[in-house]
Order: sequence, then C-alpha cells, then structure tokens
Amino acid sequence: MTIQEKLAAIRKALLGDSARTFGTLGLLLLLLLAIVPYRDHFREWYRYQRDYLGLIRGRDDALTLQRRFQGGVHQTWIPELGVVDRCASCHVAMKEASLRNVSTQPFRPHPPVPHSLDEFGCVLCHRGQGVATTVMEAHSSTKAWEEPLLPVRYFEASCGQCHMDQLVGTPRLNAGRALLARYGCVHCHSLTLPDGARLTPADDPPSLEHVAQKTSREWIFAWIKNPQAYSSSATMPNFQLSDNDARDLSAFLIAQSTPLAVGGSPPTNTPTVPSDADAQAGSSAYGESFCASCHAMQNAAGLLVGGNVGPELTGIGTKAKPDWLREWIRNPKGYDPETAMPHYRFDDKQLSLIAGFLATKTVPDFVANVHLEAATAPQVAHGKQLATEMGCAVCHEINGIHRPEDFAPDLTTVGSRPLAKIVFSPGMEQTLPAYVEAKIKQPRSFGPALKMPQFNLSTAQVDNLVTALLAQTDRAGALPARLRNAGHPASNYEPAGAAGRLMRDLNCFSCHTINGRGGDMAPDLTWEGSAVQRDWLLKFFKNPNTLRPALIRRMPKFNVTDAEAATLTDYILAAYQTPAFDRDSIHPASDSDAIEQGRQLFYSKYACQSCHIVDPQKDKGYIGPTLTQVSERLNAAWIYQWLKGPQALRPGTLEPDWRMSDSDAASLTAFLMAQKGARK
Amino acid sequence: MTKSLAAVAMVVLAVSPACSRRTSSSGPASQPAAKPPSAVPAAIVEVSGGKQVATIGTPLDQPLVVQVNDAHGAPVAGASVWFRSVHEAVFQPEFGVTGSDGQFTTSVTIGTLAGRYQIAASTTGSGGKTVEIRIAELALGFQENQGRQLSDFYCARCHDSESTAERVSNHDNLVAQPHAFDDGAFLNKMGDPDLLAIISHGGPALGKAAEMPPYENTLSKADISALAAYIRAVADPPYRSTEAVYAQR
Repeated sequence: MTIQEKLAAIRKALLGDSARTFGTLGLLLLLLLAIVPYRDHFREWYRYQRDYLGLIRGRDDALTLQRRFQGGVHQTWIPELGVVDRCASCHVAMKEASLRNVSTQPFRPHPPVPHSLDEFGCVLCHRGQGVATTVMEAHSSTKAWEEPLLPVRYFEASCGQCHMDQLVGTPRLNAGRALLARYGCVHCHSLTLPDGARLTPADDPPSLEHVAQKTSREWIFAWIKNPQAYSSSATMPNFQLSDNDARDLSAFLIAQSTPLAVGGSPPTNTPTVPSDADAQAGSSAYGESFCASCHAMQNAAGLLVGGNVGPELTGIGTKAKPDWLREWIRNPKGYDPETAMPHYRFDDKQLSLIAGFLATKTVPDFVANVHLEAATAPQVAHGKQLATEMGCAVCHEINGIHRPEDFAPDLTTVGSRPLAKIVFSPGMEQTLPAYVEAKIKQPRSFGPALKMPQFNLSTAQVDNLVTALLAQTDRAGALPARLRNAGHPASNYEPAGAAGRLMRDLNCFSCHTINGRGGDMAPDLTWEGSAVQRDWLLKFFKNPNTLRPALIRRMPKFNVTDAEAATLTDYILAAYQTPAFDRDSIHPASDSDAIEQGRQLFYSKYACQSCHIVDPQKDKGYIGPTLTQVSERLNAAWIYQWLKGPQALRPGTLEPDWRMSDSDAASLTAFLMAQKGARK
Repeated sequence: MTKSLAAVAMVVLAVSPACSRRTSSSGPASQPAAKPPSAVPAAIVEVSGGKQVATIGTPLDQPLVVQVNDAHGAPVAGASVWFRSVHEAVFQPEFGVTGSDGQFTTSVTIGTLAGRYQIAASTTGSGGKTVEIRIAELALGFQENQGRQLSDFYCARCHDSESTAERVSNHDNLVAQPHAFDDGAFLNKMGDPDLLAIISHGGPALGKAAEMPPYENTLSKADISALAAYIRAVADPPYRSTEAVYAQR
C-alpha cells in the first residue's frame, strides 16, 4: 500500500459519505470548543490574575478580596471622553484600599485622588494604550501605537488638561504656567490654554528706543553676550552671540536709539561719589522706600535679598548712566510709560541720596574687558539684520524694526506632538517628555543654527515647564466643556477719572489686586471702600505705617500731596464697596457688658490673640494685622461681616472661617470697636 | 576605581569593633584636617541630603552627599561608592569614586510609589567587605502633596518653629506650643478620627487650646483628609510600623 493509498483510505473512513463527514466535523468542533476556554491561560493578564489570587490567599481578608475579584478582561468604556481602558485586567486591586501596603505592581491599589476611576478611566491621566492587554503595548510605544505612559515626574500635566484654575495639589503645573509667562516664552510662542484663554507674558522687557540714554554700548555688548554674568536672576536668555555679532548688535542698538527730552537737573553724567554720611543716608532712603519689595540686591554674603518684580540692582551703577538713573527714579513713566515701577514723589534731596547710593552698586569686572572701536556703517547694518533675524523686536521695542507675529511655533498642542514628527538628536531618549526637556534645557543641541536662545533654568524649573507644556494635548481641547475648570479670566479693569490716573501713576496694580486685575504682593482692595474709615485712609496715604509686624514687604511712602491723598481716598470709599452689606449698617454696642463679653470671646473662645495684637503689653501673635487701633481703621459693619465669613470678603485670606453666631460676632465687634489704642 | 579596589584587596586591616559600629551611624560627617589619601574605607557617613521630602517621581531638591572615612575618621579619597534603592529611584550617577575630600555627590530622583525610601550607599571596606549606610527619603503621593501645600499656607506659620525669609514663625508667640508635624512620638498616638476632629473643629474639640482654630468651614473635607495624610506621611518615627518601607530586598 502506498502512502497515497493509505491517505485515500483514511479520507474515505472519515469523509466517505455525508454522515461520516458530519460526524468528523462535529468531533472537531467539540475539540475546538474544549480548547477555547484554555486559550486565555497563555495571556499575560491571566498570569497576573493568578498571581493576584496567590497574593491574597494567605491574608486575613482573603475571602472578602476573593469575593470581589472577577476574572477575565475588564473594560472601562466612557464614550464621552473617548476612553476605552482595559488596565483593570491586570491592575485588579485598584480599588482595594486594604492592600495599600502592597508595593508589587500590578497589584497596588490606586492612591487616593479626587476623581473616581469609573468616571474618568485611566488613560486620560496616565496616557498609554487603554485597549491593549499586554504590558508592553499598554505602557510603551510600539509600532502600531505611540503614546507611552506619562512619567510620574510630569504627572500634574494631566490635571492641566481640564484645570486652568490653580489647584492646590498641582504646584508644579502652576509654577510651570507661571514660568511660561514670567520667562517670556509666550512672547515668541503662542499658547492657548484648553479653556481658550491665551497665555500672556508676565514680564515686561524694556523698550530699547532710547537705550543710549540709559546705558553704554560696552554694557550692552557684555549683557547680550551673557545676561546672567551681570545678574544671576536675569530672565533674558543667552543668545550665544559671537564677539563680532555682539559688537554689531550693540552698535545697531546705540545707533537706532533716539534722544528723549528729560526734565530736572542739567545733565552731568558724571557719577558723584557720595560722602560716607550720604552713602549711609542713601542706603536708609533705599530701605525706607521699600525698593527691596520689588528689587533684589546681593548682600555682603553674596545672597540675593529682595523681590523679583523689578530687575536686580546689584550692578545698577555699572549699567545705568547717572543722569538716566536720577531721572528714572524721579519719574519712571517719563522713560517707559508702561513700567510697573511707581512714580514716587521724591524731592531733590531724596533723589540725590537714592541715585547716589545706587550709583555705588557696581560690578566693574562686567565691562572691564570690553573694548569697542567706533562702529562702522556696515557693522550697524549687520546689527540690524541680526536683530531682525533673532527676533529681538518680539520682546523689545526697537526703532526701525516691526514686531514680528508668530515668531516661533505655536505650542497649543505640543503635549500631543506625534513622535513621527519629531527630529530627535542622536543618542537621546525618543520620548516626547525627553524631547521637550532637551528643547528647553539646550535648544541649540538640535542644531547650531536654531534661533531659540539658552535659558538659565534650574532642574526644577525645567520640570515645571515640561509639565505645563505636556498639559497642552489634543485631548484637552476635545474634552466636554463641563469638565473644564477655567482659570481666572484676565481682567482689563481700569479705574476712571483723576483717581484712575493717580493709581496708574503710582502703579497700585503692581502690588494690589482690584476687581481681578493686579499683583498679589499686597491685599486685594476690591471691597476696601466697605472696610476702612476715611480719616484713617487719608493718614495712611500720607504715612503708611505697617499693619502686619511680621511682613517683610510693606507699602512704601509715595510722598503724595494732601490733594492726591484725598482724591484716592474719596474714590476708594465710593467705588470699592461690596454690594453684600451697607458700610454704616452696624452700630456696635458701647456698653461695658458687651465689650467685656467680647473681650472674653476674644481671649478665650476664639483665642484671637494667637494671631492679632490688641494689648501690646500682653498679646504676641503677629500673623494678622495689629488691632490696637482697629476702631479708627475699620468700619463696625466690616468687622462684623468679616467675623461671619472672611473668605466671602477676601477670597483666599488666611483667617479661618469661624461661622460665628450673630451674638458672638456682635460682642466681638463691640470689643474691637472699643480699641482706640494709645492716644498720641 | 580599579586601582583603589586593588589597594583595598591588598591591604587588609583589622577593623576594630568601635569602627564597625560607626558604619551604621548616620550623624554628620567629621571633618578632620585633610590627610594623604591612602587609607582603607572603614565607614561611610551622610554629609547632607537625607530626610528630604519630594513628590513621587521627582528629583530631590538637594543632592545626596556621602563621605567615606577610614578607621581614624579621616576622609578616604578614591574610594568607590555606589547607591541602591528600589521602586525606580534613580541616581545620577549611580556609582563613582570619592574626591579628594572623601565625598561623593549624587542627585536622586525618587521612585513612583509614595512612602519612605531607604537608600543604601555602599563602599568596599577592608577585606572586600561592603560597608554601607542607609539614608531615608520621603516620597509624597498626590494627596500628601496637596496636604503639604495646604500645610505650608495654613499650618506652618504656627506649627513650624523655624522662620524663613518669606514667613516669620508664630510658634513661640503661642501659649500652647503647637506640635511639629513630624513629631511622630506625639501625633502617632492620635487616631485618625481625633486628627481629623482637631483640624476640623479646633483644639477645644479634644480639650486642647483654643489657639488651634477650626478649619471645617475654611477647608473642604478632601483638604482636611489631605492634611491628615501629609501629617501621617512625615511622622518621625513613622506613623505605623506596618507602613510599607521600600528598601533594597
């Protein structure tokens, strides 16, 4: 019998007629059906589920855990969010809080977060491929899918897809967004947040239209070569210019500068060396004017002390020409109408002292080795070409160069940039976070001809920036509107009339917020008209004594005239009143019983002396304002309402909300309104 | 590195018991006058960078600096040092040799799980024996980190007795001295309900001083839970002995 004959016999035996065929196929089908359930035994998730059952077997709560465990592939499907997740197939214990001491993955329960896993799924926050059922495909980028898990380091980026409000739990995201504005990233790049608000720069690079008046070509040369060599806190990036390019650019910047008419004393431009007494008085005047609230200066130990609203002044004597410095301090608005610096009303004596003091703050080494010959016309022309190409005019006003629009790529969806569209530099990790990080850290490492300059950022700052940028995903724009938590809308509030002009001149908004606009260094004044009394406010403008002993940054004395103080006071009292209550609605009890009861409440039940001082001999707390003369400062109605709910009057204030009863609030108001302080 | 290892292999010194006890000490490094770097490592000590707090997956603010000393407490230059931990804690660099001051510096990125991390810094002592020190760092998850932010704003002014340039401490102005949040010896005795109650309803809720105000109307329930989670996380000694410790092995 040949093989062919044997095969034919078998074929005949199995499929000889229809009955045999039917029987054979039926048997085959039975066999298949028997195998199918065991197919899953070879899947990764099945192995994890088996391991999980092994893990919980010996535990006290094994029965409970086993009862809650369900085998098989688990899928979360949330069509509205585009979420299809099968992560729970391996991460079987995500909701088992009792397993929180288990550190082996994938069996660790999910740590507490503000969102329900069922409602949001996994990939919305973690990224990765939700539909995959193998570790490799779910977590990493493969040929078919390219969205790997988001590294925990940048995790707050996920919150930023919906949250434009500043969440307490996302400090890195908040800091990253602030950095994008503060370091001027959004001068060149446009970036629209998921709520449709465009991020606006928070820095104010100076106009260079009259720069020759302010500083020398030598200083400009050294500065554009390396801004951080002049001031470690400078936010201007390093454009890594060659000596020749810096020479030509500085020549152009001086050449384009136009003169600006200045008032005051005749120009001398020779620094006067102040006497020791004057230097001492100048230093005092600098301190008393609270310049350090905004400007930092290196102290003797080399530490930076002071605020970062204005530029560091350690080397201002090397940078600024004496005449310019004096005129700037006299009235900064004369040189730069948009500056955040207030127009102090200094007299000539004060001006000389402060300008003299600042002129002694020099860093001679910075320009010591800069020797420039007179500029030639081709050099100036080349400088202009450089300024145009490098985009100097994006940040600075420069005569003869228009501000270019959309100078750098839009970053609105940078957090979803496909890997296929990214050109990685050789040897680097091929992931989006690594790319964004490298771009920020060393932009020119991707090619020496690239325009993006070198920023001087710490590792934490870079991480924060990467976090903020990774929040800019395609998905963020597509999420349902109900999930979006908008940030504070930008306010373009402008006070009107004479008071409005004064407030702009004094730049109140640099420190105070009113109606959603302004800085956060000083109290929000939106309802200040309901809070304070006229006489007190008048006196305060003339001589702002501090209310909070522990505060380092204080309101400076602007030397306003009586008329100016009255204009401001009347405007504030009329315009900044809350609709919630009437300023004159409460007349506090003045009988000694009520006052005594208030005293008891103050010292015993509410222990207000922990933070406030009423009796300077006895009370020590200095977190809140001193209340020794509070009856002269605040209205009774304000005190009463404040005690009932401080956050309603000033959101985010530190004072805890006591939900005080009406009678307690009335007694305390009576006590506080009896605090008239020491008579002078 | 090979050179120093060879030296270690050749010179076998008997390490006195006193010295071997030193290997486990984590006190500040002694800084004797520089000696010629020829000695054999007998101890490795932490100079700075221990007991830092960071969010999971992020780098610690300060680098970790260890110093290798010989049997006389003098720094050993050129000794090999390596770091180990688990749960994706990353060291940059992970190993190297000490400088002329006997010190070695690495930056640490904490792993992805919240909890206490024990980092082992090791060197090769006499006879090829491994000498190591355990350094603890703390990783905060989302909830604990939220609690940390809230604590910095609302609590630290009184509960932290240290003043900073931006914040003057009110701690010493109070009659009932607030407990520091890492005061595990005291706070660990307080159960979760008590801890939540004193934050929510103030000191009088537990018969304590009214100087501790109630925060139930100022903070949300989630905020208060986050604060409690943070207090538990930073407790020293650790809040619960069963708390996971991510050490090598």
